[in-house]
Amino acid sequence: MGEQGQQGRLAGGQAEPSARSLFDKIWQTHIVAAAGGSAWIAIDRIFLHERTGAIALEGLQQRGRHVQGPERVFCTIDHIVDTRPGRTDDTLSPSGREFITRTRAAANAAGIRLFDVTDPDQGIVHVISPELGLALPGLTIVCPDSHTCTQGAVGAFAWGIGSTEAEHALATGTLRLTKPPTLRVRFEGRLGAWVGAKDLSLRLLSRRGAAGGRGKAVEFAGSAVRALDMEARLTLCNMATEFSAVTGMIAPDDTTFNYLEGRDFAPRGAHWDRALAQWRSLSSDEAAAFDEEITIAVDDLAPMITWGTSPQHAVAVTGAVPAAEESGTTREAHTRALRYMDLEQGQSLASLRIDAAFIGSCTNARISDLRSAARVLSGRKIAAGVRALCVPGSSRVKRQAEAEGLDRIFKAAGFEWRESGCSLCFYAGGEDLGLGKRVVSSTNRNFEGRQGPGTRTHIASPATVAASAIRGLITDVRSLEAA
Amino acid sequence: MRPFRTLTATAAPMLRDNVDTDTIIPSREIQSVTKQGLGAGLFAGWRYLAPGGREPNPDFVLNQTRFAAAAILVAGENFGCGSSREHAVWALADQGFRAIVAPSFAPIFEDNCLNNGMLALCLPSATVAALAQALLTGSNEPRLTIDLERQALFGPAPSGTAPTGIPFRVEPEARLRLLEGLDAIDLSLRELTGLDAFRQRDREERPWVYL
Repeated sequence: MGEQGQQGRLAGGQAEPSARSLFDKIWQTHIVAAAGGSAWIAIDRIFLHERTGAIALEGLQQRGRHVQGPERVFCTIDHIVDTRPGRTDDTLSPSGREFITRTRAAANAAGIRLFDVTDPDQGIVHVISPELGLALPGLTIVCPDSHTCTQGAVGAFAWGIGSTEAEHALATGTLRLTKPPTLRVRFEGRLGAWVGAKDLSLRLLSRRGAAGGRGKAVEFAGSAVRALDMEARLTLCNMATEFSAVTGMIAPDDTTFNYLEGRDFAPRGAHWDRALAQWRSLSSDEAAAFDEEITIAVDDLAPMITWGTSPQHAVAVTGAVPAAEESGTTREAHTRALRYMDLEQGQSLASLRIDAAFIGSCTNARISDLRSAARVLSGRKIAAGVRALCVPGSSRVKRQAEAEGLDRIFKAAGFEWRESGCSLCFYAGGEDLGLGKRVVSSTNRNFEGRQGPGTRTHIASPATVAASAIRGLITDVRSLEAA
Repeated sequence: MRPFRTLTATAAPMLRDNVDTDTIIPSREIQSVTKQGLGAGLFAGWRYLAPGGREPNPDFVLNQTRFAAAAILVAGENFGCGSSREHAVWALADQGFRAIVAPSFAPIFEDNCLNNGMLALCLPSATVAALAQALLTGSNEPRLTIDLERQALFGPAPSGTAPTGIPFRVEPEARLRLLEGLDAIDLSLRELTGLDAFRQRDREERPWVYL
């Protein structure tokens, strides 16, 4: 069956294999033309942002090329825009203003819908796309941003590309691709209290490594995934790129449909009914073959946190810094990571004093993330000496949180309450957390220098970040909530 | 795009796994909407002693006289992981790099290389490790020859012996694009037919896609 399927796809889709995966189905319906070992795949949505999008649009314009279907292209200002209250085009990041103003000019010239700095729908691209119903099941979605895989959570094929590929997609309405191999990751079991999608992701990375899904189209499945709400699914797929996968995706179901119905750009009326009928067929057939399958039992999963400088350097928050051989790294990389993080092998994570706490990013800054953190923070104050920030993932999330009074909980606890954007998920030369400072962060990358020169990042869920901010130590949120 | 046929050049070993694009070029070094002039920011966090400074860190491989002129990087597993920023490839190119040899590359980075005429060459990890060792310790100049037409790589050979080629295979379409310096967008604009018919059919089947 697998062989036949392969040939069918290479021949441009004349022959349909009998049992197909979710990925196969989306791939098949988007083949415009076959070309040797690759195919031109039609692109349904293109997103751009000021960091990598302006250069793609300008490159296109310089060569006299035009945007195909500008009504399906969207642009937001999220990456280096200031998140302090009362922001303008000025940024703390050097020449950030240039990225914003040139993106605005290029987007306007190309006739693209721009979610500008002061737009009520502005936000992080991978937060606003599902929120506005732009990401839909069965679509192909690209953006010159590695975390585009986030959007695969609605049952789409969504993946990050470079700026030149973005130019290609804009100019031709397609990308020329070689079909990636497939990997299904099943998370089976029931998650305990305060354990969620971020922990699933870090568990997978710690087991299989940061290259474990390299080049693969990953489908997340299993009972624990089916039980996740839509926003948690977005978190899980977000981290697929940390696994070096091409994309992460989850078959759409009632959770997806209920989330999408009525959103601004989602189909309505008769179109909704037709779409729904199609979307219900978008799951992997029972007999579908995958190039690889992984199953992980999650009943005993604890909240996870990273200790090192790769997302694969993750352990239970109750655990200790593992030995090199247990962490899937070379001795040299292990030593290097420990030196950067100022840690020793065997040291307990829960003993570590922190300097900062950050809640934000396309990984964990949606309303459910903020609610989860606020539950922990309610009626409490962060420890003396800790700097804490909450940066909502979109302007809508911010307004919703304010309507629910969450902003007051964050502020009363000692958090800064910001405008939406990518903020300190990465250091762009402006705001920083300080040399050698230790931060617990709801973001996706703990690379050396990612949050600033010498800054030591521990990635965890928003609840773990909140609990750690309260104690001033890396903290198992379950111990705080039980106390 | 400059074609890539045969390259003989100094090669620098950097055998760390999972070198991410934030490390290849930190975001703070991307200060203008341009593909040019990014070389000074290449590996800035490792290459300079102080963040934002320009005083060379003498321990960093590219600051050593032996490897200062490198145009080939011999790297570790999953090179170029993390952010999709094509600036990583532009910075490498601006610094004079034309090829990277590694056991594997992160997918977006690999595509970005191809789109800039940079050869991202996969070889088995043991081969890469042996090459790196030979570059570090060999008495010869640390030079490699990569012949993309014949798909063979020649490393430093012990004195008195002829270098033996290590065969490799680059996917045919990628190889052709590199050899000819072909621009993928031009190719698609020229060769792709049937998009209008596809869209017309698709518009009927999935009208909600077309906003």
